[in-house]
Amino acid sequence: MKAAAVEIRRELMKGNVAICLGAIAAGCRFYYGYPITPQNDIPEYMSTHLPTMGGTFLQAESEVATINFILGTAASGKRVMTSSSGPGISLMQEGLSYMAGSELPAVIVNISRSGPGLGGIAPSQGDYFQAVKCGGHGGYRMPVLAPHSVQEMYSLTMRAFDLADKYRNPAMVLGDAIVGQMKEPFTPVPYEPSVPPEKPWALTGCKGRPRQNVKSLYLKDNAIEVHNWKLFRKYERMREEEVLFERFRLDGATIAIVAFGTAARVCKTAIQWARQEGIPAGMLRPVSLFPFPSAQVDEAAEAADVVLVVEMNTGQMVEDVRMSTRHHDRIRFLGKPCAMPTPEEILGEIRTLAGKRP
Amino acid sequence: MFDRPKSLVDVRTHFCPGCHHGIAHRILAETIDRYDLREKTIGVACVGCSVFLYDYIDVDVAEAPHGRAPAVATGVKRAQPDKFVFTYQGDGDLAAIGTSEIIHAANRGENITVLFVNNTTYGMTGGQMAPTTMLGQRTSTSPYGRDFRNDGYPIKMAELLATLEGTAYSARVATSTPAQIRKAKEAVRKAFEMQIREMGFSIVEFLSTCPTNWGMKPLEAQERVLGEMSEYFPLGVYKERTQADFV
Repeated sequence: MKAAAVEIRRELMKGNVAICLGAIAAGCRFYYGYPITPQNDIPEYMSTHLPTMGGTFLQAESEVATINFILGTAASGKRVMTSSSGPGISLMQEGLSYMAGSELPAVIVNISRSGPGLGGIAPSQGDYFQAVKCGGHGGYRMPVLAPHSVQEMYSLTMRAFDLADKYRNPAMVLGDAIVGQMKEPFTPVPYEPSVPPEKPWALTGCKGRPRQNVKSLYLKDNAIEVHNWKLFRKYERMREEEVLFERFRLDGATIAIVAFGTAARVCKTAIQWARQEGIPAGMLRPVSLFPFPSAQVDEAAEAADVVLVVEMNTGQMVEDVRMSTRHHDRIRFLGKPCAMPTPEEILGEIRTLAGKRP
Repeated sequence: MFDRPKSLVDVRTHFCPGCHHGIAHRILAETIDRYDLREKTIGVACVGCSVFLYDYIDVDVAEAPHGRAPAVATGVKRAQPDKFVFTYQGDGDLAAIGTSEIIHAANRGENITVLFVNNTTYGMTGGQMAPTTMLGQRTSTSPYGRDFRNDGYPIKMAELLATLEGTAYSARVATSTPAQIRKAKEAVRKAFEMQIREMGFSIVEFLSTCPTNWGMKPLEAQERVLGEMSEYFPLGVYKERTQADFV
């Protein structure tokens, strides 16, 4: 008897569209946004498909309005998403701070471009600080997930919704123009929720219960201090429970690369080539940038002779790598603020660090 | 019979003596009761003296960043079109930092109701100049009096918003005399009906007092509303849509 064939549907898919498919699979039916390059595939896809499934697409007058549409829909207990790019995310920082303070869940996608300021539309990882340290006022955190493939654009978007709901907190998917614009084979695996959908705190009208508020203002006595410690404990719990990373050929690696997103993807090619030349290189790829996989980075640094941080910026994640390990003397950096490093460039650096001539 | 409205919480308010927020709150609560909306209302409170709306009106309330209440209300209404959604905003909030949000919410014909309290100053932050501050009015940031050459003119929001196609109802009222209060109630009732009948965006601008920051006694403040303020900001209905299927 023949086993029933399992149908695996593989499609050629664009990264930005995979984010939409992940969001829709996770039950998101509300999308608000404002156009900015290089993420326009996302609002364009959502504006086409959400209305046909009973969902809502609304183009806002600004990113400032967008994040507050999000705040209102999140306060209504619905799954809601926006996407933007660096300058637009900057305008959303006010709302993000209020949402963190009000403990409201939503998914924010940043398909980042190069800054600061208007910068350029070239791919970049220059929004690392803004994402992981959080750019709004008051000191808050949010989970930040960094996909490096179209498949992950899909799966990490679904996970971002779960994290947002689990912690009642905004969560960010941080991509860039390359992982957003590229197409590759992708398998739409079904969404399996890990969080119960009940949201008793949502504002739905006070029928059958006392009135309730969604707010971030705490003026009485010690209330804001109590609230801030509560939020702090939440971020600590994220650090304990939500660290995501990939170990790539790290066993026996004397050169340990730390890279995320598109940069990590390029590093994989360089590492394969280095291994073919007999250079033991490997990589620890942070998938969650907050919480940062500090213990894993330290472990890799402990075992290696040199830690090479590769980023599409001038070395923002280097600070978190230094915070993770005492082996500061082993840390090197290779990066470009406004472009993708080539595998050849990375291989060249690996060879140099391994003491070999190219 | 003269009872406390069911939707008004039985607590002492934090507002200063002579302030009109309490009157506006009562009119709001009475109108919520009149249409039996208490259990299906979501309010959006703003920054400033009015943020404590959630302590006084017995309905679900979300808090918005300064000026962003129309955007937050948009997010609530789009998610829950069957609910009654209102914002309660001051003049600094609505006519300065939030002008973009209020104009675009109105222009979309967002089916929400806005109560806009204009007291020509920033109350909670200590009486600084607002976009509605009268020419010549001294505030803590216009200590020589507002001068149009430097600061421009007091902005007339009820008239401005009435020009937008999405606005179904725009009116300016005052609450300084019993007769005005009756008209204010009528305006709020109309604004509520616009939302209930899905006619589009509705706004009622209240001319209000701020005796503390104006440096006036409550009765002097009343006189200012009745005189100088309502001369520049004429009371009345600026837009009233009669047909829902507006094209």
